[in-house]
Amino acid sequence: MKFGVVVFPGSNCDHDCYYAIESVIGKPVEFIWHQDTDLAGFDAIILPGGFSYGDYLRTGAIARFSPVMGSVREFALKGGLVIGICNGFQILMEAGLLPGALLPNIGMKYVCRFLHIRTETVTTAYTNALEKGQLVHIPIGHGEGNFFTDEETLKRIEDEDQVAFRYVNAEGEPTEAANPNGSLHNIAGIVNENGNVLGMMPHPDRSSEGILGSEDGKLIFDSMVHALTVV
Amino acid sequence: MNVTVIVTLKPTVLDPQGSTIHRNLEALGFFGVDGVRQGKHFEIQISDDLDRSERQALVERLAADVLTNPVIEEYRIVWE
Repeated sequence: MKFGVVVFPGSNCDHDCYYAIESVIGKPVEFIWHQDTDLAGFDAIILPGGFSYGDYLRTGAIARFSPVMGSVREFALKGGLVIGICNGFQILMEAGLLPGALLPNIGMKYVCRFLHIRTETVTTAYTNALEKGQLVHIPIGHGEGNFFTDEETLKRIEDEDQVAFRYVNAEGEPTEAANPNGSLHNIAGIVNENGNVLGMMPHPDRSSEGILGSEDGKLIFDSMVHALTVV
Repeated sequence: MNVTVIVTLKPTVLDPQGSTIHRNLEALGFFGVDGVRQGKHFEIQISDDLDRSERQALVERLAADVLTNPVIEEYRIVWE
């Protein structure tokens, strides 16, 4: 089992992801430079957070044209596990691998803090180690995480159980006050139709061991390991 | 040859930047503004070596595939 962490110019959570997989999860992991196109031997790909290509034009807009993304697309379409965290989520949407878009946060503030998200589905490769409704204590750090899509798509992803996580308060309620960025339906993370691609704004890589303030994020990586082991 | 591409959010999409600007206008003493929407304006120089249809195809593709995210934005092309 081997994880790959894609490194774009401007990625800044690539080492966090690498560390989480290697030292906390204890699985082999390698960096993949954005100009590489060979993903042979990898079982799961992580698109890390950061500001790829300076986020010029739109967040993730330039990154999606980088050579590695053609291979990531093929990998994803063949059913490979691809997780995009924060900027990685933005890139997956620009690449059309996940539905919707991420607008600037309501109020235009960069929000950097711990909060709670609620597990909405446990049938994905990213949530099988969690229980439905389980709260995850996890940090966010973004200026453009305001999930938006048209009504038809929103209905589809809700009906098809594609919402993985929702922003909630400490009591587990998806209130307006618990929504840090204006996301529709408090959506913090979604999967594609096949459930093999996940995008989320919160950072499991920054919450995988106690010393960081929470180890809840580890459950997402544990889920991936479990999914790859069962297959 | 110069061409301008104007990218705006679709009318159905909330514009956090525009509404933040709008909200603060009264504090700055600008009264009577009913709304603000912010967009992007690209001034692009196209090589004269291309003929008319090549230029149009190039700018159309550039506007649709790169400058715009079709989920949230739309574009207008203005030739000089």
